[in-house]
Amino acid sequence: MTVILNEGDAAGTTGAASGSPVDAAPDPEKAMTRGRLVFIRFMRNKLALVGLVVIIGMYLMAFVGPLLSKWSYDTQDYSAFLEPPYSEHIFGTDKIGTDMFALTMRGLQKSLIIGLLVALISTSIAAVVGAAAGYFLGVADKTLMWVVDLLLVLPSFLIIAILSPWFRGKSWFLLVVMLAAFQWMITARIVRGMTLTLKEREFVKAAKFMGQPARKIIAKHIVPNMASLLIIDATINVGSAVLAETGLSFFGFGVQSPDVSLGTLIGLNAESATTFPWLFLFPAGFLVVFVLAVNWVGDGLRDALDPTSTRVRRKEKKDTKEKAA
Amino acid sequence: MAGFLLRRLVNYVVLALVATFLAFTLASATFDPIGVLQQRNPPPPAASIEAKKRDLHLDQPIPQRFVTWMSGVVQGDFGRTVADRPITDELGRRIGVSLRLFLLGITFGILFGVLLGVVSAIRQYKFSDYFATLFSFILLSMPVLVLGPLLKMGAQGINDAIGSNVLIFVGETTPGFQGNWFEQLGDRIQHLILPTLAIALGQIAFYSRYQRSSMLDVLGSDFLRTAQAKGLTRRKALFKHGLRTALIPMATLFAFGFGLLVVGGTFTEKIFTWYGMGDWLVVGIGSQDANITATVTLFVAVCVLFSGWLADVLYAALDPRIRVN
Repeated sequence: MTVILNEGDAAGTTGAASGSPVDAAPDPEKAMTRGRLVFIRFMRNKLALVGLVVIIGMYLMAFVGPLLSKWSYDTQDYSAFLEPPYSEHIFGTDKIGTDMFALTMRGLQKSLIIGLLVALISTSIAAVVGAAAGYFLGVADKTLMWVVDLLLVLPSFLIIAILSPWFRGKSWFLLVVMLAAFQWMITARIVRGMTLTLKEREFVKAAKFMGQPARKIIAKHIVPNMASLLIIDATINVGSAVLAETGLSFFGFGVQSPDVSLGTLIGLNAESATTFPWLFLFPAGFLVVFVLAVNWVGDGLRDALDPTSTRVRRKEKKDTKEKAA
Repeated sequence: MAGFLLRRLVNYVVLALVATFLAFTLASATFDPIGVLQQRNPPPPAASIEAKKRDLHLDQPIPQRFVTWMSGVVQGDFGRTVADRPITDELGRRIGVSLRLFLLGITFGILFGVLLGVVSAIRQYKFSDYFATLFSFILLSMPVLVLGPLLKMGAQGINDAIGSNVLIFVGETTPGFQGNWFEQLGDRIQHLILPTLAIALGQIAFYSRYQRSSMLDVLGSDFLRTAQAKGLTRRKALFKHGLRTALIPMATLFAFGFGLLVVGGTFTEKIFTWYGMGDWLVVGIGSQDANITATVTLFVAVCVLFSGWLADVLYAALDPRIRVN
C-alpha cells in the first residue's frame, strides 16, 4: 500500500499536466491508470470519504427511510400533538400530529433531487456556454462577462424571489429551471478562462487544421479536458443549489405547498426553535450535515483530480515534518 | 489613479441602473396587484379598480412606467406603494436599520476574518489552525436561516442561566422603552448583539479561508525571507511585508462578500424581526408591489457597487503598481 501511496505523491508533485498518461508511474505488477490513481488519492482523504458515505447515506435514507417508517407525511397521529422525540415518533410530532421523521424525509427528498438536478443542468450549461465564449470570443464572450458582472450586483436570490409569484402553483420543476438558469455563470467564467489556454494547445490546433468543425472541437477536445473542473464544480454546485433552494423556500418563494422541502420546514418552524426545538433542529441538522459533506467531497475531489492545486500545501507539510524530525 | 477610480465609478453607476431596470421590469411583468385587489371580499367596485390601475400607472407600457418612476427617484421621490403610502417616508428609517446591521457585520467579519486567517496561516497545522478550519467549514455550510434560530436558542439558554433577559432577539429596540440616551444605547446594543453575530460569523468564516491561503502563498515567498535576513523581526516582517501583500487579492473579494451579506441580511431581519430593507423586499413581493421591489433592488445595487468601488480604492491603496499606472 505504501508503495502506491508514494507513487501517488510523486505523481501529485510532478504531474503538472494532469490528464496525460505520464502522470502515473508504471507499476511492474499492476498498470496504474489515471482513474485508479484518482481513486486512491480520494480514498486517502478521510474527510472526503466520510462526506461521500454521508451523502450516499442521505440519498438512501430520503428514499428508503419513509418506507420503513409506519407514519406517513400525510397522516396525523391524533394522540400526539407537539410531542418531543420518543420511541413512537423518533423525531417528535408537529402541532397537528404529523410525524416529523416522515416530514423531514419528504423535505430531504425534494431538496436533494432539486440540488442534484440543478447542479447537473447548470454545470452542463456552464461547460457549453463557457467553452463557446472562450473559443469564439467576440460578442458571445462580451455578453457572458457582462451578465456575470450584472449578477454580482443583482443577486439571483432577488431575481427568483421577484419571479416567484409567476411560478406559484406550478410544478416544482420550474424552480429547478430557475435555479439552474442563474447558477451557471460563475462556472462558465472559469471554463472560459481554461478554454482560452486550451485553445492554444497543439492537439486543438491539430484538430482545427484537420478541418474539424468548431462544435466538434469543443465537444471532443475542449470539454473533456476540463472534466476535472466540471466534476468538482458539479459537486460543489449540489451544495449551493440546496442552499439556494432552502433560502428561497424559507420565505415561501421556492418550493410551494403541497410540496415540502427542507427550506419550507425550516421556514415554518424557525419561530418555534426556542420553544419546540425538535421541529427546527432535525430539518436544519440534515441541511447542514448534507452541505458540509458535499463541501468535503468537493475538496477531496479537487485534491484527487487536480493535485497541482495543493502542491504548495503538501510541500510545506513535508517541510514542517522534516523540521520536527 | 483618479482617472481609474472615476472610470470604475461610471461603470458601476451604469450597472446599478441596468440592475434596477431589470428588477423593475421583471416585477412589473410578474406582479398582479389588481388581481389581489379583485380577490377581496366583498369585491371592490369596478370604478375604484380602474382608479387604482391609473394610480399605479398600469395602463402604461412598462418602460414608460420605469421612466416615470426613475424621474421621481432622481428628485428623491420613490413613488407610492400599492396601499398608496409614499415609499420615501419609510425608506430612510429602513435604510438606517439595514445599514447598521450590514456595516457592523462587515466590519467584524473582515476584521476577525482576516485576523483568524493570518493566525491560522502562521500557525499552520497547529491545533488552532485545525480548529479554525473546522469552525469555518461548519459555518460555511450553515446558512443564516439555520444559524439565526440556533443563536436564538443559545441566547435563550444563556438568559435562563443568568436569570435575566440580557440578549434580546426580537426587534431592534424595546417598544416604549424609557430612559436617558445611555440606557437607550444599552437597550439597542442588547438587541444588536445576536443579529450582528448571525451576519458576522458567516463573513468571518468566508474571509478567513481566503486570507489563510493568500497568507500561506506569501509566507513561502522570497521577499519575506529577505526581509527577515536584513534584520527585521519576524513579527514586523510578517505584518509590514507579508500581510500587506496578502491583503491585495482579498480586496476584490470584499465586493463579492457584500453581495452575500445583503442576502444574509434579509434572513437576519426576518428571523430577528427587524424592519429593514430585507424585510421590505419580502413585504413588497408579498403585496406584489413593483415600486417597493425596485427601490430595494436599487438599494442593494448601490450597496454592492459602492463596496466594489471601495474595493478598487483599497486595491489602489495596497498595490503601488495600480497607482503608478
